[in-house]
Amino acid sequence: MCLAIPAKVISMDGSIAKVDMMGNERIVSIDLVPEVQIGEFVLIHAGFAIEIIDDEIAQETEKLWLEVADSYEEE
Amino acid sequence: MKKNEELRAKADAYRAEIQDLAQRPYNIMEVCGTHTVAIAKNALRDLLPDTIHLISGPGCPVCVTDNSDIDRFLYLAAQPNVITATFGDMIRVPGTKKDLQTLRAEGADVRIVYSTQDALELARHNPGKEVVFLGIGFETTVPTVAVSIKTAQKENIANYSVLSMHKVVPPVLRFLAEDKEIMVDAFLDPGHVCAVIGIEPIKFMAEKYGKPGVVTGFEALDILEAIAMLLRQRKEGRSEIEIQYNRVVKAKGNPHAQLIMNQVFEPVDASWRGIGLISQSGLGIREEYSQWDAIRKFSLPVFHSKETPGCRCGDVLKGLIYPTQCPLFAKHCTPMKPVGPCMVSSEGSCAAYYRYLQGSVK
Amino acid sequence: MERIMMAHGSGGRVSHELIQALFQKHLGNMYLDQMNDATVLPGNDNIAVTTDSFVISPLFFRGGNIGKLAVCGTVNDLAVSGAIPQFLTLALILEEGLPIRDLEEIIESVAQTADQAGVKVVCGDTKVVERGNADKIFINTTGIGYITNRLVGPKYIQPGDEILITGTIGDHGIAILSEREGLEFQTPVLSDCAPLNRLIDDFYLPGVKCMRDPTRGGVATTLNELAQQAGVSMILEEEKLPLLPSVQGACGMLGLEPLYLANEGKALVIAAAEVAEEVLSKMKEHPLGRFAAKIGRVEDGKPGLVLLDTPLGGKRIVGMLEGEHLPRIC
Repeated sequence: MCLAIPAKVISMDGSIAKVDMMGNERIVSIDLVPEVQIGEFVLIHAGFAIEIIDDEIAQETEKLWLEVADSYEEE
Repeated sequence: MKKNEELRAKADAYRAEIQDLAQRPYNIMEVCGTHTVAIAKNALRDLLPDTIHLISGPGCPVCVTDNSDIDRFLYLAAQPNVITATFGDMIRVPGTKKDLQTLRAEGADVRIVYSTQDALELARHNPGKEVVFLGIGFETTVPTVAVSIKTAQKENIANYSVLSMHKVVPPVLRFLAEDKEIMVDAFLDPGHVCAVIGIEPIKFMAEKYGKPGVVTGFEALDILEAIAMLLRQRKEGRSEIEIQYNRVVKAKGNPHAQLIMNQVFEPVDASWRGIGLISQSGLGIREEYSQWDAIRKFSLPVFHSKETPGCRCGDVLKGLIYPTQCPLFAKHCTPMKPVGPCMVSSEGSCAAYYRYLQGSVK
Repeated sequence: MERIMMAHGSGGRVSHELIQALFQKHLGNMYLDQMNDATVLPGNDNIAVTTDSFVISPLFFRGGNIGKLAVCGTVNDLAVSGAIPQFLTLALILEEGLPIRDLEEIIESVAQTADQAGVKVVCGDTKVVERGNADKIFINTTGIGYITNRLVGPKYIQPGDEILITGTIGDHGIAILSEREGLEFQTPVLSDCAPLNRLIDDFYLPGVKCMRDPTRGGVATTLNELAQQAGVSMILEEEKLPLLPSVQGACGMLGLEPLYLANEGKALVIAAAEVAEEVLSKMKEHPLGRFAAKIGRVEDGKPGLVLLDTPLGGKRIVGMLEGEHLPRIC
């Protein structure tokens, strides 16, 4: 299954990182993208970050999601 | 919502271009199962002219797993002291006699995991048991399995092993290009496989066989754009591998993931369900990691299982027939009582057709 | 299939086949065969009765626990059947070793939720089984309610009616999955678990024709059941479905579809087009109905068929849940 949602790296500890996917946080392995930095977006597959995503597009996607999230929180 | 209006405006522009460029028929195969699902779920066929034929290919890893391999892991799962760790999709795949969920109901220890990390964790927590991970998947998944084997080596986890049934995409593309029966003009190439391997290993399709391809993302808009890109190639008389999904896929892929994959695995001949043996199209575990190879560890016998009579999964996987043209479709073969794996896997062409189309919309 | 499998408890197609092949076959009668959430029994005053068992792991989850769930599930089955919930029975099966502290927390939740819903627990039973013979605690509740003059049920559904839902879908499913062993992730999503009877009292108008709470199997499975029972087809609009981005994100992460995720505090409401707007605005006035939305309509198409309009203008089938709704990976 190829999931295509960008996940933002929010913290790292050795070969694992905590990522955020629209408010959901999970621990993934970054063994396959050792050069990744905090704040970058990655593609997750089966618990692993497998590639770093183009920053500009990922941020645009994130912005759209945040707008929708706001509409639910603020009514 | 603003988002949807922008989406529709972009989609309309691609649709207009496709309409304009698709005066003659064009057969496009989507190789990846996730594309099959995205096409069905977004009802993209409704949005395309009749001249565009989208044909599903052999890109669902569960679907292309041969009956002999299925019977082999079922045999292993039934052994005492074995914990079988698997991705959820394998649970209902029928072998010659049984499936994993039946074995589980009969007492076998079968666990659904979401990552090879979880499977390793099972091994750490159950030192008295043998944990076997069922290695299914293409180049997207393989590096994650390779990492688990390297971790097992590093941490000296002796009760973990992998039954590798992994397959690689380029050899099956070559098979499709060479098969005379299969009438495919162009390919939507798998986005996440190419995120790992890049486009170098599939360039021969465009250059040698004249089958252009576009590496495609998984949103409805990605797929529409990729189809437009293929049609542009036809119009301009080009045959290239292009990348539509460039927010993720780089031309050279992920070299680090390739390295780890190649350290642990080596190409072997593999049987594809319905297609048969394709040379060097599978991945086996290299000698130096043999301790974590379930085939060697358990001296697993080779099974010679027949394909299920009447099941035309093979023709579906080759794109020769649409799932609805199989005589078993939705009659004797449904997701709950599947005859072939194309109906079991949520990524399978038959399951996607059954779930989203059932032939009754149009 | 020779043995019970997890899929038999999923609320989807296999559960239905089991019900027909075994329970209806041996136990069928004019009451049971109505296959409604609650059954109306004859007597001097008509009463409605329903029963439900609760087995859930984990016992405590974001937004509730098994005790709260055991009250909501049964109260909601009565309320969507048009009854006023009045009484509950409470039967517990406890596993040896269950901490009393946990039990007390669960029972406190039962009390609070019953209070919120205005129902009384009137009898109960407790059994303890040896360690390993149950998973910590199983609860059964039976609910009794008084019948009102609300005439609701699938038989009243007609083409032209509107389909409403009282809020965001899939919240409960994601809250539970986030704590399931092996799948742990942190999510801001809370289970929507809540008694719906007060909300229903607020929005009900004559012209509301049918109500259901889309629990196991989710909105998709419930609408399929209704479309079959009413002999109509239904069409949903994907972009109208109220969906928290965090639920959508978790679904993307796990390969799940929100339409198949369980809800424990939502009602699907089929209402005549003339009253739909008014019902919707009344829903929105209630805290539990803030994100209520009109999500589709009933049509005179192939009986039992549920379709969905995609945002780009395609149409696809929304089938029943087939087997377990498993996160998919490869």
